[in-house]
Amino acid sequence: MTRTRTRLLAGLGVLTLTAALAACSTGTTDAGDDAATTPAAAEADALDITDPWVKAADEGMTAAFGTLTNDSDADVRIVSATSEVTSSMELHEMATGDDGAMVMRQKEGGFVIEAGATHELSPGGDHLMFMNLTTPVQPGDDVTVTLTAEDGSTFEFTAPGRSYSGANEEYDGGEHGEGDMEMDMETEHADS
Amino acid sequence: MTGSDKAVPVRRGASRRAFLQGGAAALGGAALALGGRAAVDAAAAEPPPPPVPPVDATGTATVPFRGARQPGVDTVPQAFAALVALDLVDGVDRDALVRLMGIWTDDVERLMAGRPGLADTEPELATIPARLTVTLGYGPGVFTAAGLEHRRPTWLRPLPAFGIDRLEDRWNDGDLLLQVCADDDVTVTHAVRLLVKEARTFATVRWVQRGFRRAPGTEKPGTTMRNLMGQVDGTRNLDPAVDPDLVWHADGSRGWLVGGTSMVVRRIAINLDTWDELDRSGREEVVGRRLDTGAPLTGTREHDEPDLEAKGPNGFEVIGTFAHIRRSRTDDPEQRFLRRAYNYDAAPVPGALSDSGLLFVTFQADVDRQFVPIQQRLDELDLLNQWTTPVGSAVFAIPPGARDGEYLGQGLFDA
Repeated sequence: MTRTRTRLLAGLGVLTLTAALAACSTGTTDAGDDAATTPAAAEADALDITDPWVKAADEGMTAAFGTLTNDSDADVRIVSATSEVTSSMELHEMATGDDGAMVMRQKEGGFVIEAGATHELSPGGDHLMFMNLTTPVQPGDDVTVTLTAEDGSTFEFTAPGRSYSGANEEYDGGEHGEGDMEMDMETEHADS
Repeated sequence: MTGSDKAVPVRRGASRRAFLQGGAAALGGAALALGGRAAVDAAAAEPPPPPVPPVDATGTATVPFRGARQPGVDTVPQAFAALVALDLVDGVDRDALVRLMGIWTDDVERLMAGRPGLADTEPELATIPARLTVTLGYGPGVFTAAGLEHRRPTWLRPLPAFGIDRLEDRWNDGDLLLQVCADDDVTVTHAVRLLVKEARTFATVRWVQRGFRRAPGTEKPGTTMRNLMGQVDGTRNLDPAVDPDLVWHADGSRGWLVGGTSMVVRRIAINLDTWDELDRSGREEVVGRRLDTGAPLTGTREHDEPDLEAKGPNGFEVIGTFAHIRRSRTDDPEQRFLRRAYNYDAAPVPGALSDSGLLFVTFQADVDRQFVPIQQRLDELDLLNQWTTPVGSAVFAIPPGARDGEYLGQGLFDA
């Protein structure tokens, strides 16, 4: 119970979206009661994913998609992701950039999978971003991805590579102080 | 008002019960001996109306994907078909083929269940399965690319050249074959698009042949198809339930092919312009069957056995020596195969009225033993050859089905 509250308060500091907070605190009252009587489980144990897949790419950036589920009665916050085929990963969302166009950018505070809910990762929406492939992802390859929850627990899944022409969103890296670094995910375009 | 409305069904029910009891009693001892239930049934008289299928029953129907054999062979032919042959791109090896098989297995299983493919960009088009089946075949090139020549069936090669052939390379051969069939053409089109684009790093499209039969719900189930010459076509077809060994490989000597079969695709152009010049009796003599019923010229019903010995008043055979049904049969019961043909009607070349024909698709355990001898007989003599011309030809090995946890072709690549 205490741990859950602490996590939420930590979330408060990062998030400024009051609507999301209201939803969170409503959910936690019940979760807190349960937590008082049962031992606290690792947060990531509640996670599962259906229909995961990765856009095949030879190099550079690519992304993974799927439907995350949280079958516990407490929200789970995913704070980071890793994979052996990329030097780093980020949790991305789509947002309106300064010029009014949709761009993808790192999601502040990570992905919150609400208690008992699903969270769609899709082209044009939230997604798991491979920042720089060190191994090509070929169509039909199985790629292992590890998600880390706020308590440090992890959830690992395997996603098959698929040929896909979409998911070419502009990357707005400006929020991380890296300047206006716009990248094209589609390596074919980068080559041409 | 309310009170009387409410009273009506009660009174109606009571009177119906009284009638049923009275009826049963009136039937006397014989009816009572049948038992109370029979007496009541007899008295109730009116049979319940037949169940009305939902209006979208054609669209929601599915064919199981998982099993020892692939679907789309002994599946009752759907209304629409697309045959897609692909060629492997350079560098595709056994590992790459295994990856492609994994992708196609996953997508086919989803699509046949009416679910979108994994990376489906038009998921709404996947929601009407309409008995969709996808049947995968391998040309000789798969065995070469995978370094598995020693597992290639001996019959997996182009058919011998026939004198009647006017083959065009654009309809011949192929490394991979997808037979996509459904009772809805949008479903077929979507499935083809998804499967081809998910394979685009492995293979390029060599040819696509689209075919059709009568639309679902337009004729009684079990009706033999008609080709575009107007003939009942496929009357004496092999029944895979009666002769499974003529269709499916059961011989363990080629372990990976047990539960598989072979597929021959012949694109047969029909010259409808010269066919138009023939009157009905002439048309019936060409095949040896009547146009209206499909009955042999010596019979009255479609499935009557033709009497090949019968002579007409002039002393000639009623079913001519040149007739298609005489030429297409032999005394060897092994020389038969499962036909699963579709009509085609393509855009004509400038100046022509039409480009119509038949996608002659057959399944048999052994092409050389079952198909080739018949084709040789027809090549030697068959009056139908005057109006029909094979313009495309391809042979494929159809691997067994994917059982739970397997990918298509696993027995070939993993063994």
